Amino acid sequence: MEFYAVSLLNGLSYGLLLFMLSAGLTLIFSMMGVLNFAHASFYMLGAYLGHAVAARFGFWSALVAAPLGVFALGALFERLCLRRVHRHGHVPELLATFGLSYVILELVQLVWGRGAVSFPPPEALRGPAFTLVSGPEGLALHGGAVAAEACRAAATACSPFPATRGFMMLTALAMLLALALLLTRTRIGLVIRAALTHPQMVEALGHDVPRVFMLVFGAGAALAALAGVIGGATFVTEPAMAATVGALIFVVVVVGGLGSLAGAFIASLLIGVLQTFAVALDHSLGGLLAALGVTLAPAVADSTLLRLTLAQIAPILPYLLLVGVLVLRPRGLLGTRED
Amino acid sequence: MAAPRVYRDRPWNAGRWAVWGGYALLLVAAPLVFDSGLARSLLSQMGIAIIACLAYNMLLGQGGMLSFGHAVYSGLASFVTVHLLNRMADGWPLPVSLLPLAGGLAGMGFALLLGYLSTRRAGTTFAMITLGLGELVFAMSLMVPEFFGGEAGVSGDRVVGDKVLGIGFGPQIEVYYLIAAYTFACTAAMYAFTRTPLGRLLNAVRDNPERVEYLGFCARTVRWLAFVASGFFAGVAGGLYTLNFEIVTAEVVGAARSGAYLLFTFLGGVSFFFGPVIGGVLMVMAVALLPELSQAWPLWLGLIFLFMVMVAPGGIASLVMMNVRIARHGLLGPLLPAYAGLAGTLAAAMAGAGAAIEMVYHLQLQTGLDDRVRFLGLTLDARSPDSWVGAALLCAAGAALFEVTRREFLRHWDRTQQQIEARTRRGALP
Repeated sequence: MEFYAVSLLNGLSYGLLLFMLSAGLTLIFSMMGVLNFAHASFYMLGAYLGHAVAARFGFWSALVAAPLGVFALGALFERLCLRRVHRHGHVPELLATFGLSYVILELVQLVWGRGAVSFPPPEALRGPAFTLVSGPEGLALHGGAVAAEACRAAATACSPFPATRGFMMLTALAMLLALALLLTRTRIGLVIRAALTHPQMVEALGHDVPRVFMLVFGAGAALAALAGVIGGATFVTEPAMAATVGALIFVVVVVGGLGSLAGAFIASLLIGVLQTFAVALDHSLGGLLAALGVTLAPAVADSTLLRLTLAQIAPILPYLLLVGVLVLRPRGLLGTRED
Repeated sequence: MAAPRVYRDRPWNAGRWAVWGGYALLLVAAPLVFDSGLARSLLSQMGIAIIACLAYNMLLGQGGMLSFGHAVYSGLASFVTVHLLNRMADGWPLPVSLLPLAGGLAGMGFALLLGYLSTRRAGTTFAMITLGLGELVFAMSLMVPEFFGGEAGVSGDRVVGDKVLGIGFGPQIEVYYLIAAYTFACTAAMYAFTRTPLGRLLNAVRDNPERVEYLGFCARTVRWLAFVASGFFAGVAGGLYTLNFEIVTAEVVGAARSGAYLLFTFLGGVSFFFGPVIGGVLMVMAVALLPELSQAWPLWLGLIFLFMVMVAPGGIASLVMMNVRIARHGLLGPLLPAYAGLAGTLAAAMAGAGAAIEMVYHLQLQTGLDDRVRFLGLTLDARSPDSWVGAALLCAAGAALFEVTRREFLRHWDRTQQQIEARTRRGALP
């Protein structure tokens, strides 16, 4: 029971991190029609900038400074490069961001080296936020860590939930709320939403639409960087982190339906939970058959297909989900666009 | 009533024969001119890369389909052929020279299956799906060691079976000529494909899928068929890869290789048929020679790619063809000083940036014993501010002058284009 509760929370926190990334990606896509291939690179850049700032000024200033820095870089890239490529069409735009992802990866390796760097979470976020203890007298919730002796008692199991994960969830939800308020309650949000659907009309009304594009691109990059600071402190800060998350967030936006924020939200949570549970489960097809009472010849029982456990295939589950969604519902869960 | 006029292609197209004859001659003569072991190995790889890039361009250039996972088809075909090669060592009756065709069929089969999923959608979604499928196959390669051989890969021996006409494919030169023959045949076949109704329809689907649907064709099916054809040629490249290297590891299906196909096909030029040929040659040269020149080569590659996307989205092929057009009108001469200016200022900017990048790499990776960096015949001290200021000034000055020259060049360029248009309108074709 406590295993499921904590795994669910872990999965949700990972899913929310994915959503922080895919929200910016979706926003940029629905506005400019550009799928930003370098989005995960901005995530990585945020983690590294956060690491650099945190080493001098502490984690909390890094949480502010890294997104601001990446905002400036993203806006600059849009202004100097993407806007020039825009007239050639969407494929060159995608290629420009593809090239950018190469350059960012190489620059990061140039400055910070090819290995992982140490980026510990701040003092306040170390250790568990709370611990679920299931003992003989039922399930109990303890704030913070629980003494090791208590966990070793008979018929007692402890499941700690890391504080960084809790912080990740809180930040993502706060960001989601702020984004929703910004888009629906403010004047700039109104202009952005109008520019999504009717850019010419908005321009005719006297708004500088290219500038709005630039700001949205920068803001999307900044959101990715914010996720990067938190993700980098929670997981590992290394050059490969862009590739790991990059493919996943593209799966998220396709599964959720390209351009749909709500779809991206559902797909992020789905993939986060799916992967977290799969990693923790050690069942295989062979085990399932054995449990059903099917006896197999030794040669068959020893084949890779039957021996692979769910934990082993966890990395490909998101892609299998992608294939499944494409077969059953080609435009994605909540997608409306046909191509 | 007048008889309907029938338009025929000119019966003797000398230019076409010259181009194809020259291409064949180049393939035959190249290993005789460059006869070192390294050169022949590189030439073999170029042949394979040319087929792969041309196959990739069937999607990107002719079909407007941006794929981030085309290495899956060449890579899986490599795995199938290396297993076939090992079976042939056990006595399966298949001649080695036909193995690439088997690879082609394997690539076609995988493209038939996976392409059915990805070609359901076009545009950006198609790109994302190919990326996801590529990741799927790559992740699986580490899970199914029976087929992919785990970390070590699968190795084979191409010298199996009886010799045919005295050729056993032991020496590299025999493999090169096999690759060259396949390169020529595949290039011709892919060029012929662009002239078939399907090839034309593919261009139409790229430009206006809605209209194609109104004409009664299914855009999805056209994309699918083209994808399968492209998978076939990618598979041939994969089979040749197996014969050339005799070992296949999981990286042949990886994202880095798919990215390289995209990058170099684009650099070569997607809007002309021969662009990917340039791209394939560049791909091998870049991988073999750039690491010798600089440790920072992936950074340079990324920067060059970004630069090309911005200034010449048609790639090298389009640059060549635009200048050929100007030369035909005899207007290239006045442009040459501007070109020299562009090249000189760009070289200055790149030298400045290059010096700075080399110094950062040197400090970061501690490659040498001391702080001295050799760069373009100069010895720079990576810790002295002089080298840094010098590099920065050179880069800034070069970039500023480049921008000035570029604007001047653009004015000149536009004027030349207008002149050509004016002449063409008067009917004065060259």
